[in-house]
Amino acid sequence: MAAIEILDLEKSYLVGFWRKRPKLALRPLRLTIEEGEVFGFLGPNGAGKTTTLKLLMGLVFPTAGTARILGMDIDDPRVKSQIGFLPEQPYFYDHLSARELLNYYAQLSGVPAKGRSARVEQMLARVGLSDSAGVQLRKFSKGMLQRLGLAQAIVHDPKLVFLDEPMSGLDPMGRREVRDLIQQMRHEGKTVFFSTHILSDAEALCDRVGVIHQGELRGVGAVAELTSQTQGKVEIIFYSRTVPAGLTSLGAEARLSGDMVNAVLPEEQQDAALEVLRRERLKLISLTPVRSSLEEYYIQKLRPTESRTEESRKGVGV
Amino acid sequence: MNSRIGYIAFNTFREAVRDRVLYNLIAFALLLSGAAILVGEISIDIERLVVVNLGLTAVSLFGVVIAIFIGIGLVSKEIDKRTLYTVLSRPVRRWEFVVGKFFGLTGTLVVNTFLMAIGVFLALLYVAHRFEKMDVWVLVALYFIVLQFLIVCALALFFSSFSTPLMSAVFTFALFVIGNLAEDLRGFAKITQGVGGWIATAIAYLVPNFSALNVISQVAHGDAVPGRLILYNSVYTLLYSAMAISGAVLIFQRRNLK
Repeated sequence: MAAIEILDLEKSYLVGFWRKRPKLALRPLRLTIEEGEVFGFLGPNGAGKTTTLKLLMGLVFPTAGTARILGMDIDDPRVKSQIGFLPEQPYFYDHLSARELLNYYAQLSGVPAKGRSARVEQMLARVGLSDSAGVQLRKFSKGMLQRLGLAQAIVHDPKLVFLDEPMSGLDPMGRREVRDLIQQMRHEGKTVFFSTHILSDAEALCDRVGVIHQGELRGVGAVAELTSQTQGKVEIIFYSRTVPAGLTSLGAEARLSGDMVNAVLPEEQQDAALEVLRRERLKLISLTPVRSSLEEYYIQKLRPTESRTEESRKGVGV
Repeated sequence: MNSRIGYIAFNTFREAVRDRVLYNLIAFALLLSGAAILVGEISIDIERLVVVNLGLTAVSLFGVVIAIFIGIGLVSKEIDKRTLYTVLSRPVRRWEFVVGKFFGLTGTLVVNTFLMAIGVFLALLYVAHRFEKMDVWVLVALYFIVLQFLIVCALALFFSSFSTPLMSAVFTFALFVIGNLAEDLRGFAKITQGVGGWIATAIAYLVPNFSALNVISQVAHGDAVPGRLILYNSVYTLLYSAMAISGAVLIFQRRNLK
């Protein structure tokens, strides 16, 4: 069953002080996320990622279209007990301690009184906040708040978790911790839908990604497929203090780095290149096909196409 | 009460207490004890009158200020700080949130008023050396003050559902002042003819009738409060607050949380 079915969800806002005119924040979006999937929603700032998440959470209302979550309409109150949400740069009630906050959210989510405290303690331990459980949140660092944010999103053991920029503003250690927590969610079989503009995180965590730009979904693809596509080129690394002339004549783009050479050349020249190395008695370190990276896919999808350029000339769009 | 409303109300109460809202009690205690000592020194036979008047007016003013300044931020602060996002992404309906916040603040004010009431009675005991039968009407006046707070909270919540905090404070305070003149407005409407009379009547009945809820002067003189006024004021407050809260809910239900 599909965990999320977004059916032409669209959002526009009225802007301007005197003469209000609609500004499109999200063009009709159609997207399906399967259960158990970790889906990365990629796009630059202001692309429409947060708007999409807010629409799914019922925080803003769509101008057109609808969505179904776990087979239920987004307006269905039963949906909310099965989903968790971490907003971007979360701010929590700072008069509460971490324990009180999780307990409050567990209460609101309908976690039964029996076992609620145990569940809260378990979540605190899971995000490494047991030692700070009684400290008021106004004394928490950004990283601690982000971890607590993840804990509140899963305190009621939801099937589906929405995370808006979960790694934003975190130091490398904090990002690593959050990444590990998302991995754990995957192992528990939860569906995770998270927005990010940090591509390395998406590459490490996601089964599939979608690229959104200027309120428009530009493409969706499986990360494994996107990064396994070869580009018809190979990369050869070998020991040498100079670039052999024979290699250059094969059309290789070579770069000298210390006593190593890194050369990229067409796949069909691979055997000839190896022959050059054998002839020159050079020691081969590696030979690998050049694969596409998620970054290349992302940049390609962000590039304006002719039709989009035409639209923007006519003044349509965000 | 719906359990989620209860949880939200308790959290609102806890926030107010931890944000040191109840510290106003210190100012109140200082004011009242100072006044009681002063009155004891200079007044002859009107100590009770002065203490009841001053004490109840202070209870009312302190409470109204708290009701307005916390009430206008009840929802808007949660939107600005985005604490609302993690609440509304749970099985919490928007009306439950608004009603929970309302009960949380009124609960805070009830506790605040109760503690102030103890202060008023202690001051009375200090100046009069004993309680009298007519002091029971002071309790009724305090009950009416609490009813005023309910209406003020509901109005602050209503205005803050579509206006900025500053404008909400201005609107609510303006209505509090006009509402204290409601009886005069109704009298004016009765003697005005034609369209002007209709408009005056509509305004007179639309503004909250705080003057009917103000019996401070009456109980300071030891006069009884009629039972039907207690009933009328209770029903009136219930209906008026429900109307204002419903308005706030209707607006909030349709609001996009940007």
